[in-house]
Amino acid sequence: MTTDIQTLLLGKLSLEAIPYHEPILVGTFAAVALGGLALLALLTKYRLWGYLWREWFTSIDHKKIGVMYIVMGIVFLLRGFADAVMMRAQQSMAFGDNMGFLPPHHYDQVFTAHGVIMIFFVAMPLVTGFMNYVVPLQIGARDVAFPFLNNFSFWMTASGGTLVMISLFIGEFAKTGWLAYPPLSGIQFSPDVGVDYYIWSLQIAGVGTLLSGVNLIATIVKMRAPGMTMMKMPVFTWTALCTNVLIVAAFPVLTAVLAMLSMDRYVGTNFFTNDLGGNAMMYVNLIWIWGHPEVYILVLPVFGIFSEVVSTFSGKRLFGYASMVYATVVITILSYLVWLHHFFTMGSGASVNSFFGISTMIISIPTGAKIFNWLFTMYRGRIKFEVPMLWTVGFMVTFVIGGMTGVLLAVPPADFVLHNSLFLIAHFHNVIIGGVLFGLFAGINFWFPKAFGFKLDPFWGKVSFWCWQIGFFFAFMPLYVLGLMGVTRRMSHFDDPSLQVWFIIAAFGALLIAAGIGAFIVQIGYSIWKRKELADVSGDPWGGRTLEWSTSSPPPDYNFAFTPRVYDNDAWHDMKSAGFQRPTGGFVDIHMPKNTGAGIILAGIAGVMGFAMIWHMWLIAGVSFASLILGAIVHTFNYNRDYYIKVDQVTRTEEARTAQLAQLA
Amino acid sequence: MADHNHDHHGDHSHGDNHHDGGGHDHGTLKSYTIGFLLSVVLTAIPFWLVMHKVLPSKSTTALVILAFAAVQIVVHMVYFLHMNTRSEGGWTMLALIFTVVLVVITLSGSLWVMYHMNANMMPTLQELKAMP
Amino acid sequence: MSDTTLNNRFLVRDHHPENGTLLGFWLYLMSDCLVFACLFAAYGVLGRSYAGGPGGAELFDLPIVALNTAFLLMSSITYGFAMLEMQKGKVGSVQLWLVVTGLFGAAFLGVELFEFHHLIEHGHGPQASAFLTSFFSLVGTHGLHVTFGIVWLITLMIQVGKFGLTAANKRRLMCLSMFWHFLDVVWIGVFTFVYLMGVL
Repeated sequence: MTTDIQTLLLGKLSLEAIPYHEPILVGTFAAVALGGLALLALLTKYRLWGYLWREWFTSIDHKKIGVMYIVMGIVFLLRGFADAVMMRAQQSMAFGDNMGFLPPHHYDQVFTAHGVIMIFFVAMPLVTGFMNYVVPLQIGARDVAFPFLNNFSFWMTASGGTLVMISLFIGEFAKTGWLAYPPLSGIQFSPDVGVDYYIWSLQIAGVGTLLSGVNLIATIVKMRAPGMTMMKMPVFTWTALCTNVLIVAAFPVLTAVLAMLSMDRYVGTNFFTNDLGGNAMMYVNLIWIWGHPEVYILVLPVFGIFSEVVSTFSGKRLFGYASMVYATVVITILSYLVWLHHFFTMGSGASVNSFFGISTMIISIPTGAKIFNWLFTMYRGRIKFEVPMLWTVGFMVTFVIGGMTGVLLAVPPADFVLHNSLFLIAHFHNVIIGGVLFGLFAGINFWFPKAFGFKLDPFWGKVSFWCWQIGFFFAFMPLYVLGLMGVTRRMSHFDDPSLQVWFIIAAFGALLIAAGIGAFIVQIGYSIWKRKELADVSGDPWGGRTLEWSTSSPPPDYNFAFTPRVYDNDAWHDMKSAGFQRPTGGFVDIHMPKNTGAGIILAGIAGVMGFAMIWHMWLIAGVSFASLILGAIVHTFNYNRDYYIKVDQVTRTEEARTAQLAQLA
Repeated sequence: MADHNHDHHGDHSHGDNHHDGGGHDHGTLKSYTIGFLLSVVLTAIPFWLVMHKVLPSKSTTALVILAFAAVQIVVHMVYFLHMNTRSEGGWTMLALIFTVVLVVITLSGSLWVMYHMNANMMPTLQELKAMP
Repeated sequence: MSDTTLNNRFLVRDHHPENGTLLGFWLYLMSDCLVFACLFAAYGVLGRSYAGGPGGAELFDLPIVALNTAFLLMSSITYGFAMLEMQKGKVGSVQLWLVVTGLFGAAFLGVELFEFHHLIEHGHGPQASAFLTSFFSLVGTHGLHVTFGIVWLITLMIQVGKFGLTAANKRRLMCLSMFWHFLDVVWIGVFTFVYLMGVL
């Protein structure tokens, strides 16, 4: 009887799921537990729970949500990078008789988790965080179109990420690689919970991302300040628009494919099985129809960041605004026509491979146009090498190399040699690190003063940059060499000792990158310590050109006391040139949305449901699913979702700002 | 009691019902009826063609019923969903066109790719027999 | 717009951004189109893989499908009538037509569940072959959407009953309208591509 109740309540979960016998995991758990308890103790001691709940967790303010996304991304970066360090360490020592310290079943989880975390829980949240924070400010709006949905989206992403973190200590993660191809990911060859953790964390996070995409498109289409036509929007807003179009168009495909895989695993259907008519190649086909637009979702916002940074720090209007917009739109459309280049070798034949090889080469052209536009913007500008600009120049050099190796891989016969070799690994890290990551650090340094009221310390910023830049080259150039020599990816052990020197160089590169990450953490800590000296009083520390720089640092809750009216591109630059004067009175009540706990609660229930589904705890899964639906319905009965900031409060805030600016004069 | 609106908040924003800032069309009894009758006809004919094997060739029948489906989808879009180029400043139409393009790419791309994959990679009967 | 009292050409005194709910919901529907596109693609690729078992010609009962199609089409027109009554502000008539719509939707689901039950009972469930997997998934997903639509419809009926035809409720009714008609559009694809072509 008790076993029946146990199975009903706990499903497959038992004490065996906890990895007592894996010393690395036990050690990690001890560290996490200690650190976590310390954090909880501090929060309790300084009575911050109420503050956190009221001001952050239940906030529907796009600025707060943006910051939470970015904090989440940075936390997961540390986990994903820890996985990277473990891989580099293992691959630098495991030759011949030396099996290293990671057995294959553990190593396989490490590289899978590394990929999943870096793409879904580092890059996506960071990019989403920036779009959330910056876009409403840049278009002169007070928030996004659906503020509650925004909060809910964040917590769904966090919920998915939590599941991945839990897999470290309860059960295990997938051993299939970050895209979990069947038949390996099917129930026959991966009967354990790892792939289920993968599926549910991505499905839950995916809902959040999709809703965020809808939200930002509606925001950009409907909430631009009067006079801001499409062709007067800042370039970052354009790239955000195209990115969110890609999100809305691509994420449903991921949802559908993962649902099909989970049906195969849970119900015994035959989408991707080897027998009864299933076709595993269809999974690869569908997942890459999502996967290629996904990488453009990662990189397009970052191209937008670079456009803002380059024009600001060259003191010039961006060169070729129209061609930048067209290039972005062309990339958006073309990104749907190249997906097969991820599986040239699967056997679709010459005609199919040729089509996709050519389309892949064509898509590099608009990106090239963007590089030229940035260079022409810099030409004859008065360039200031603040930290964001350093990251940008580093990007230009590094990303271009990665792009070129991409065009090389686009040639099917070449890809037949290089597919799934370390050359491929080097290529995509080249473009993701050199492109996405460098851009995110540029963006962090650029917009940090706006969000927090003080700049990030430039010295430690430069240390971080140079460690990353040099570290990247040491870590990944050897991988290009190894790939050309024929070394395959995802190997935990090698027989050929002549390869070891390259892996040692790569490990050294990883250490430099670790220093870069360390320097970044130091930069944040040091800047908080020295925030008075680094303070941004004007709200416009860089001589910005777009509307976010017209607000105080940080902006008031309502962003703008009066909605701006726009006449030209680079609206704030236009306003400054025309001698814009702040209003000193005549303020009005401001209509704002209310905070709510519904988002975190519903996302929490979704997470519980995911965990229950993973462990086959059917009763809990059913109850939480029902609660989710019921909770959502109850939430829709709340029509009282807004309030007014009264005019006297607005007046006080604006007068304080006027006084602050007067100090500078 | 229904028209006695308490929530003045909700009526603040533009783009709501009376004077459609968003260009939304709402249809009339006439347009819904026309759409309905067209849909009935466009459904009945394909069912008739297939159930009574009216046309000699299967591939012709397939093409014809697909064409009827496409037309009926347009009828639904126009008469039931009130698709027009003015709605939301043209963004509704643009979103639809973009989606249709992607659906066509996904469908035709997948069919084309998978047809070739199967042709090249499906094991032959001999290879199947040689497997354990 | 009263921005003349604020004497600053760069600022607007009273700006009310347009409501984005209808556009947002339409965008969500476009994403749902892509989910169905994947399911249709899977059916297109796997739909002839019978694994030695029966195919559509043996299993599909076209008169039942015709009945179902009729139910769904009727529900679309009755929802249209509900919307016309909404324009006139008549709560009672709106509720009446919503009930009729819900009943037609429930009838559609009932017939579909009967069809599924019959197939599974005879050993032709979704596990039997890739064809049946893709059939049940595509048609089943559509049915799940109809189910959610009915739950939403009931919820909205309660909300309209309690709070009346407020601007927010009208927006919600318009969103459900888009959802409902979209499901009928998908069904056109299903009965053509799956049932009629499956029998050919």
